[in-house]
Amino acid sequence: MLLAAGVEPSWYLVLASALFAIGATGLLIRRNPLVMFMCVELMLNAVTLTFVTFSRMLDDIGGQAVVVFVLVVAAAEVVVGLGIIVAILRRRPDATADDLALLKG
Amino acid sequence: MELLDLVWLIPALPLAGFLLLVLGGRLLGEPGAGWLATLMMAGSFGATVAVFAGLLDRPEEERVFGQTLFEWMPIGGWDIDFGFYVDPLSIAMCLFITGVGTLIHLYSVGYMHGDVNFSKFFLYLNLFAFSMLMLVLGDNLLLTFLGWEGVGACSYFLISFWFTDPEKASAGKKAFVTNRIGDWGFMVAIFACLAALGSISYDEILTGAGSLSGTTATLIAGCLFVGAIGKSAQFPLYVWLPDAMAGPTPVSALIHAATMVTSGIYLLTRVNPIIAEADSWIQPTIAWVGAGTALFAATIAVSQKDIKKVLAYSTVSQLGYMFLAVGVGAYVPAVFHMITHAFFKALLFLGSGSVIHGMHEEQDMDRMGGLRKYMPITAATFIVGWLAIAGVPPFSGFFSKDEILLYAWAENPALWVVGLVTALLTAFYMSRQVFLVFFGDERFTVGDHHDDHADGEDTALGTDGSEAEALEQPDTAHAPQHDEVHVLHAAPHESPWTMTLPLVALAGLALVGGAIQLPFASDLHFLEDWLHPVLGENEAHIDVATGTKVGLAVVAVLAGLTGIAVAYAIYLRKVRRPIEPAILAEGWRYDRGISAFMGGPGRAGFEAASTFDRTVVDGAVNGVASLVRRSGGGLRGLQSGFVRNYALGIAGGAVLLLAYFLAQVTL
Repeated sequence: MLLAAGVEPSWYLVLASALFAIGATGLLIRRNPLVMFMCVELMLNAVTLTFVTFSRMLDDIGGQAVVVFVLVVAAAEVVVGLGIIVAILRRRPDATADDLALLKG
Repeated sequence: MELLDLVWLIPALPLAGFLLLVLGGRLLGEPGAGWLATLMMAGSFGATVAVFAGLLDRPEEERVFGQTLFEWMPIGGWDIDFGFYVDPLSIAMCLFITGVGTLIHLYSVGYMHGDVNFSKFFLYLNLFAFSMLMLVLGDNLLLTFLGWEGVGACSYFLISFWFTDPEKASAGKKAFVTNRIGDWGFMVAIFACLAALGSISYDEILTGAGSLSGTTATLIAGCLFVGAIGKSAQFPLYVWLPDAMAGPTPVSALIHAATMVTSGIYLLTRVNPIIAEADSWIQPTIAWVGAGTALFAATIAVSQKDIKKVLAYSTVSQLGYMFLAVGVGAYVPAVFHMITHAFFKALLFLGSGSVIHGMHEEQDMDRMGGLRKYMPITAATFIVGWLAIAGVPPFSGFFSKDEILLYAWAENPALWVVGLVTALLTAFYMSRQVFLVFFGDERFTVGDHHDDHADGEDTALGTDGSEAEALEQPDTAHAPQHDEVHVLHAAPHESPWTMTLPLVALAGLALVGGAIQLPFASDLHFLEDWLHPVLGENEAHIDVATGTKVGLAVVAVLAGLTGIAVAYAIYLRKVRRPIEPAILAEGWRYDRGISAFMGGPGRAGFEAASTFDRTVVDGAVNGVASLVRRSGGGLRGLQSGFVRNYALGIAGGAVLLLAYFLAQVTL
């Protein structure tokens, strides 16, 4: 209870920033397409968390409404993205993101 | 249904024939393809007669009308329609194009017998007929230009029909290229019309001509005249027509005598209101170019050895007559001479084709002679054509030529003198041709052994002739024993009925063709009355006393008879050696002069233009292209294809944006 009382909204923002940084770093340094995809999801959720936090801080329900939309879009995006990645990995089980460089100029 | 609605059939039937022959020509083969093409032309002639009858039914002022089939090119505010302009002039043209065309198609069935490309020949002929009919029926300048180019292309195809012979192939190219120079003038005239009047339909040009400024009208008339010079083979662009004789003879008759080469006259007659508005120097220029060409070509024809070359130069000369007529405002005599010329010149060409056919592809008149015994029908019909072109009454050529000379006299006696000398020369060289080909001694023999009878009889005259021939015929020197007696592998023969029937029909027309415009009384001026709606007040009106008219006619006839008499004395009685200077045989070296110029000083100019085009014009275009390509090549390294590179770019960009906004806030 004490602990709970001490939880400041800014903590959520720090957590969200940390999650976003982890996701961005992972996206930049990992080459497994599945892991990179998970990192993207992590960044997305970090953003969603800031929305909820600010909604609470500013007492504006709009932020939470946006979250609902983001969830829907994310679900659709996961279906498409995972479908593509699974299809790629099924053809070439050890493919990395760097192998998929057909659009090189 | 009104008869006039049939007008679309006139060009549609030859087009249908062309399409059918494209699809099934090889299937039909010989002679089916020829009969199909002839049938289509005959149908087209029938349609023309029907439209003609329909026009006759109408009162005079309603005889000019347009029939629009569809909108051809809507360009902004300009609408160019695809339609027909039906008036007495276009239908008069169609009548003789389809009429003479049908006869020549029929003739070709016999002439092209045994050719490997039999059906292809008729395919081209039908396409030509279609283009020619579009040229005269089109209701705007562009449609006429379409036909104009169409006949030019067909002329090219047909001149080089036997394209395996490089000489014939290049003759076709020469015709095409020379015509392009004239076409340039035609195109400029179309643009000028569009700019000045906002329309190129004849309806609006002819009614709007009065509103044109003198300069614009001069530009349009002058440029159309340049086009006409090219197509109708006038000086200085006549060079392609004599070479066009490389094509099969029916082609020479149809395209290079009767129809296509007269389209320049048609065009100038069509736009007569514009010529009327143009500056006053245009008409004398046309007249003098015509008169000069007539005389110039007639002098060349005097020395030609090739039976078709004589007729070719004669055609150039007769076309010059027609331009002379247009130049003095005598449009009716021009059209009159165009029609009679179509009859007798087609007849002469077809007759020469029959001779060439009967002599087994021999074209040199020095190796002919006495052929009237072998080919009586050809000889008789050729003689009719000869008398017609020589201006002997009552043959058709007398009436039309006399009419032109009369108008020339009224305009400027100097033009009349040139015309008269040309008439004399025409009578002379045509008589020379007739005497060399059909009369006199046989300068050939059949089989390997000499014909003793012919040889023994001709010894005295033969020595006389051999000197002249040795001078002008170095190519026979390789066979001295046959210096004047050419060996044929089979006797000359008369041609089949498909060839003689058109000859007889054309001979009949050449005989009575003058009846469409008789000078004796004003109610016998059928052609003048018929063309009145087209020409209105632009036709020259002359005021010459009847006595003068008769006197001029008598002088013209005497000139013609003098020409015939001189030719008779020289070529049949051989009272003296023929004077045939080499410079005339080479056409005043005009052709060679052009070649020398184009190969020498002209060449440098072309090279300079070519260099300018390559370096400056192409350089600008290529420079822009390579600039774009090089900068694109530099930028394409950015597209590495690695996802994390792109992600880094996005992340870096986001950081920079963040830093920027933070700096905005804190500062």
